[in-house]
Amino acid sequence: MKRRLHTTYRIIRTGFVNFVRNLSLAAAAIAVMTVTLTIILFSVIASTTFNHTITQLTDKIDISVYLSSSASDSQVQTLEKQLNKLVTVKSVDYISQDQALADYEAENPGDTQFQTVLTEIGNPLPASLEIHPVDPNQIQPIKNFLDKPQNVLLEDAQNPTSYSGNRKQAIDNIAKATRILKEAGVLTVIVFALISVLIIFNTLRMAIFNRRDEIGIMRLLGASTWYIRGPFVVENVLYGIISALLSTSLVYILFNGSASALHASSLGLLDIGYASSYLKAHTFLLLTIQLMIGIVIGTVSSIIATRRYLKFKTIK
Amino acid sequence: MVGQSGAGKTTLLRLLTREEKPTSGKIIVGGVDYDKLKDSDVPLLRRKIGVVFQDFKLLPNRTVFENIAYALEIVGMGNREIQRTVPKVLDIVNLKGKEKNMPLELSGGERQRVAIARAIVRQPKILIADEPTGNLDPKHAWDVIKVLEKINRFGTTVLLTTHNQDIVNRLKRRVVTLEHGKISSDRANAKYKI
Repeated sequence: MKRRLHTTYRIIRTGFVNFVRNLSLAAAAIAVMTVTLTIILFSVIASTTFNHTITQLTDKIDISVYLSSSASDSQVQTLEKQLNKLVTVKSVDYISQDQALADYEAENPGDTQFQTVLTEIGNPLPASLEIHPVDPNQIQPIKNFLDKPQNVLLEDAQNPTSYSGNRKQAIDNIAKATRILKEAGVLTVIVFALISVLIIFNTLRMAIFNRRDEIGIMRLLGASTWYIRGPFVVENVLYGIISALLSTSLVYILFNGSASALHASSLGLLDIGYASSYLKAHTFLLLTIQLMIGIVIGTVSSIIATRRYLKFKTIK
Repeated sequence: MVGQSGAGKTTLLRLLTREEKPTSGKIIVGGVDYDKLKDSDVPLLRRKIGVVFQDFKLLPNRTVFENIAYALEIVGMGNREIQRTVPKVLDIVNLKGKEKNMPLELSGGERQRVAIARAIVRQPKILIADEPTGNLDPKHAWDVIKVLEKINRFGTTVLLTTHNQDIVNRLKRRVVTLEHGKISSDRANAKYKI
């Protein structure tokens, strides 16, 4: 047991010593890892921010059901409750006739024609239910529910639901476009992450390739597999940890610095303000993820890269 | 052990360290049957045999002391014992004072003596030396041979392969001659003859 501890201590120490002695190699590997980890982190934040912007847009999509004046209050309340029970419905707001009138006047001040109508026949605007869907791609089930005969009776025959005709087409198009954009964002992150992992893996593999003779010598002296491999794992994990710290601080400085320096809340489609606040709120989580990526790649790549030089030759 | 290039000297030594497996025949060293060795036993076998190579095979990023100490670290020796043992072998190979040098700062003869120190530090019963003088000038070659003689006197079997006629004739030891992979002569107190 004591010997085990001793050996473990030696493996870790050797890893650190090798790190210091191969400083130029370490610097090169860390530089590559930092750049690639930064790309991963940057694309994650960009895609999250982008999603946030899209969500803000799609949150504005709602459908209004105009209620018939013959519908009683209890009937409307039942309908509202039933709608709230649907999984595709996020929330339902009741807009009374008075509220609708106030909203209209606020949006169209000085509409004299409307004022004339108002004084002659009273408030022409129907009461309505404003339904906010969970996902703009999932409005059709709500519409199907509204189209049930017992529900149609409660609706204003003059004013069809706002999810029909041209408006239905427009909503569907927006919903589809945002869905594709979100999926493209996720795909981009995955592609960048994959490329980065491959680049890091190859860099670390090359570093070990340079020292294959050393591994051969250790083997000839009778060193066990883990006594040889251990220091390489320690060294590469060190690269991973340092690179994760560097890349996270780099991205942190980049977003927060640009957010305050530019005094701008967004650069084109990228909402810098949101990105920097997201980064601030999740710094610890993102750093942990970066560290995990660095440590896992460091370990796995050194195990795979040393494997072929550790094999016992069985040439016949 | 003598023999022309390609006679099979190095192959024989590689078979003994299990760098290669025989296509036929049996190898038994010190009661260990190589046919029954698993891959995981190979490190243990190599720890019992000291090996010296023509190209030294020192670890380039480690000092003289660390190169020798590595052989002991592998077998799990404690630091205090390593600190005590390494100077002793450095004394045997006449390299006192070079502990902190890197291999590249040493001459060929010195490097080979570091390699010998590393091979004997675990006190193996057998020391295999594959043309250890091949890359050295006559004076340094003879330094190396004298060290090997000293080790032999301490009770270690030394298996030396060489091309150097002068060394064989001066040593007056058992000489095994290999030709085309077969032993063509095996005599005690012999002279170089091919």
